[in-house]
Amino acid sequence: MAERITTEDVTKVANLARLALTPDELETFTGQLAEILEHADDIAALDLAGVEPMARPLPLVNVFRADEPGTPLDRDEVLACAPVSEDGQFRVPPVLGEAP
Amino acid sequence: MSIDLDAWEIVVGLEVHTELLTRTKLFSSAINEFGGEPNTHIDPLTLGLPGSLPVLNEQAVELAIRVGLALNCEVQRSVFARKNYFYPDLPKDYQISQFDLPICAEGSLELPNGKVVGIERAHLEEDTGKSTHVGGGGRIHDAQHSLVDYNRAGVPLLEIVGKPDLRSAEDARAYVAELRSILVAVGASDGKLEEGSMRVDCNVSVRRRGDAELGTRCEIKNVNSLRSLGRAIEYEAARQVDLIESGERVRQQTRHWNEDDGRTHTLRTKEEADDYRYFTEPDLVEIDPGPEWIERVRAVLPMLPAARRHRLSTETGVPLERVALVVERGLDELCLAAIAEGADPERTVTHAEHNLSDAKAADLDPAKFAALVQLETGGELTATQAKTVLAEMVETGGAPADIAAAKGFEAMESGELEGIVDGLIAAHPEEWQRYCEGDGKITGFFVGGVMKATGGKADGKAVTALLQARKG
Repeated sequence: MAERITTEDVTKVANLARLALTPDELETFTGQLAEILEHADDIAALDLAGVEPMARPLPLVNVFRADEPGTPLDRDEVLACAPVSEDGQFRVPPVLGEAP
Repeated sequence: MSIDLDAWEIVVGLEVHTELLTRTKLFSSAINEFGGEPNTHIDPLTLGLPGSLPVLNEQAVELAIRVGLALNCEVQRSVFARKNYFYPDLPKDYQISQFDLPICAEGSLELPNGKVVGIERAHLEEDTGKSTHVGGGGRIHDAQHSLVDYNRAGVPLLEIVGKPDLRSAEDARAYVAELRSILVAVGASDGKLEEGSMRVDCNVSVRRRGDAELGTRCEIKNVNSLRSLGRAIEYEAARQVDLIESGERVRQQTRHWNEDDGRTHTLRTKEEADDYRYFTEPDLVEIDPGPEWIERVRAVLPMLPAARRHRLSTETGVPLERVALVVERGLDELCLAAIAEGADPERTVTHAEHNLSDAKAADLDPAKFAALVQLETGGELTATQAKTVLAEMVETGGAPADIAAAKGFEAMESGELEGIVDGLIAAHPEEWQRYCEGDGKITGFFVGGVMKATGGKADGKAVTALLQARKG
């Protein structure tokens, strides 16, 4: 069985997901996540040799759209929904560092 | 800075992102077009609006298959994954990419010099929007705020990951140039590095010669031309060698190439893949191209640059390295057609290599090109005259014999040439003495003199032969 998830792990993941958790929430979610992961361990314990991996339950592949342009959204209408806009663009607070 | 290449080996692996030439985005019907007024190529999915769902563009898959086959890859069943991170140019807060099951795996690319570079994988993903940093002179760390344009967000990208098989900046440049030719040939990309439709991230490490293990690598971003690619690799390799030789170690990080100061700068220490919390994209199903689709694409692939180089080299006997430029200029068909009309293969390729840099050269009539080569090999035109006539043929489309006649190019009587050479020898006894003593540098003096006296009509080779004969 894998090592039990710690509050440090959950703090890190919460931080990556930009979630601010209170100490109580941290305890609660660490417990809940541990149970979910233990359930995964139950499955990992089964002998699944010869069982095809399944990416998703739907027996569907190759669902496509034709490469044809549709109607764009109206820019002014969209920018009116943004907190701040400037020169036809969304204005956001300064960003530290480049995108990954 | 330069590295002692006897002691150190440079190891380079390149990740090339190319935008695919579709009409619309990867997962929505907003148009895929460079530029345009900011935020006019947008729709609910592009902006990550609640309730919008992605539907895969079939043409993007078709183009990815073409590239995969052109790179000798295994085109396989593939799955999309979410790569989670927060950045304003990514309004959904995740990028749809492929992770453990990419559409193309395990391929290879042959450089014009014959070296073969492994391709690890090529996967489909969506491009991000474009942010402009305002204030602080455009420098990201001093910016007051940023402006975001989502026209590019969601444009289909194919990320082609090469293996760390490259061993020099020169090979890295050749790899990118070759990849660009292939992408353009199969119609997957316009190959414009400057407009960012092709972007190169460059993994560089160094190791002592003979070491089996690879050194710690740094990834370099912001390389937007073949020239900066070469400079960035050389700078980065030298930086790493300096670190190691002074007893420090290279830390794995992402670095930013600055074209102005010619250096790389720390951008950030490398994230772990775990931090992106990849998981299977629940809103999309698998792609399974299947043998029929793959064979249909394979059947219509054009002949690729490597095959064209081998064909031209085999059919002309001119070595591979020399035909590379001819194929790059798209003049191989012209050469083969001219040769079929009876032109000498070697002279034909030589003209294409040295005298046909003009873009209009591809429109030359092969029969006229062949006639020009024949005039030259038949001794009726000198090499210099043939070059002049060829340039005018490209310009006007005229026939070589007419152009030669209009320019007064006629084969010189050999007696006339002998007279001029003898006159020159008589007028310059000291120079002749040096020539007879074996001073090779003085040959040009005599050849130049004859050219001047004949208005360029003399055949340089005939003059050299005459001089040799006179020397006895």
